[in-house]
Amino acid sequence: MSQEPAMKDGNPFGETDLIRKKMRAEAAARLLFGAMAVLMVIPLLSILLYLFYKGWPILSWQFIADVPRHNMKEGGIWPAILGTIYLIFFSLCASAPIGVLAGIYLNEFARDNWFNRAVNLAVLNLAGVPSIVYALFGVGAFVLAFGFGRSILAASLTLGIMNLPVTIAATKEALSAVPRSFREACWNMGATPWQTIRTIVLPNSLSGILTGVILSVCRAAGETAPILFTGAVFFKPIEGKGLFAYGLFDQCMALSYHLLTVSTQLQGVPEALLYGTALVLICIVLVFNSVAVSIRVYLRSHQRW
Amino acid sequence: MEPFSNAYSLETKGLNLWYGDFQALRDISARIRGGIITGLIGPSGCGKTTFLRCFNRINERYGNVSTSGEIRVLGKNIYEPDVCLQELRKSVGMVFQRPNPLPLSVYENVVFGLRIHSPWGSLPKAELDAAVEEALREVFLWDGLKDRLDTPATALQLEQQQKLCIARLLPLKPRVILMDEPCSALDAEGTKAIEDLMDSLRGRYTMLIVTHNMAQARRVTEECIYMLNGVLVEHASTEDLFLYPKDERTEAYIQGRYG
Repeated sequence: MSQEPAMKDGNPFGETDLIRKKMRAEAAARLLFGAMAVLMVIPLLSILLYLFYKGWPILSWQFIADVPRHNMKEGGIWPAILGTIYLIFFSLCASAPIGVLAGIYLNEFARDNWFNRAVNLAVLNLAGVPSIVYALFGVGAFVLAFGFGRSILAASLTLGIMNLPVTIAATKEALSAVPRSFREACWNMGATPWQTIRTIVLPNSLSGILTGVILSVCRAAGETAPILFTGAVFFKPIEGKGLFAYGLFDQCMALSYHLLTVSTQLQGVPEALLYGTALVLICIVLVFNSVAVSIRVYLRSHQRW
Repeated sequence: MEPFSNAYSLETKGLNLWYGDFQALRDISARIRGGIITGLIGPSGCGKTTFLRCFNRINERYGNVSTSGEIRVLGKNIYEPDVCLQELRKSVGMVFQRPNPLPLSVYENVVFGLRIHSPWGSLPKAELDAAVEEALREVFLWDGLKDRLDTPATALQLEQQQKLCIARLLPLKPRVILMDEPCSALDAEGTKAIEDLMDSLRGRYTMLIVTHNMAQARRVTEECIYMLNGVLVEHASTEDLFLYPKDERTEAYIQGRYG
């Protein structure tokens, strides 16, 4: 077929039928992908708004700072908030060092051999293990075998183990984002791999690592299953004990577990209290996420490439 | 700087190199004289860069590489077990196609090598300052940058970045500098500046430079090696190689009939 330019009105670059067809496909693709992106935001926004709307009547300082009263039907949820914060903190302490160091090993030191491929595969698969399985592992390992009993320690360790694969993956991703040319420059001056990591790679991937680690911990904050058998408790009186009400070997209340019990195990709990509890849980997660994002923004703005 | 004690800084004997199953270098025996600039020319994919990277054994960092044959740097077989790679790379510096300053200040880039090769905290500030001034003077950057040594190196112009990448090798007192198309990311002016710099370093360092730019090879090198498909075709003085090539493949390449 000859490819004569279709001259229309003396314009050699005018639209042709083929162009119009391509443009329609282009518009359709853009619309479809854009719609999916919007669709992704809708559930989050609607959940937040709905929770706010339903939980609004009960939101008060007292709801946050008081202990539950009258068989959970009145009062606040402070022990559960505090328990969740404890679990977040201690699971972070458990998973961050192991996960970050393992991620660094896998990304920076590990050669491509069968052993490291197996480890990588294991990490990927661990991320897919259901949380209830981690819970059973936690019971077996931490509660019984290590003899921690049902405690904050056992629950945090269980959450920490559950977080490991995600932490490792986040660390590896942050490290891979550091351009290879920086590493080449270091190697070619005779820097050891560890010197390369310490002086160049880590400082330039810290923002990504921190964000990833915090985000993975936040996910754990909302989990019920892993703490169900390992350390969460229906009610724990901690009135008037301040911020350090729980000990490491105490059981604790937690928002996710509290939400489960008040909505399924008890009759006559005011609706607003349920929604308020869910709202507080989401807000705690959002606060941690914002901290992660601020750290990232701060460190990125100081980055030099 | 001590003179080069042996005439040949870099030597290979029967060097073969494979990436997995692919043989990138075939039976290369070359002797590269100390203190001069030797060019590596040849069409893309002929193994120039691979050959260059043999001399500080950095090839090993790029995955599935195996070699056979002998590589000698300053007379020492670098595959002998008593060769420490960190020390080897300290003596054999490398400059890349794209300037790759580290994401640190100009000052820290220059002293980076000293820092990684000295015990923690053993370097007095005065010594570092002196090293920075000396290195930056040597690459003609001192006058332009002396008042802003704390600016991020990645914010410099490309030409300055490439000079800095050369400068940061110098405090380690290397004997050999490998350059992998050091001007290909630069404009004509930057290329001229780097070439002038190479010229001023001539005699003090053994320089091996990969280049695609034949005019550049003629301008800056004393000897040239022509490679094709992983084979060393011809090694001669630049003048001889360009004016009286012995091998017809060299002649065809130089006349621009392929590559």
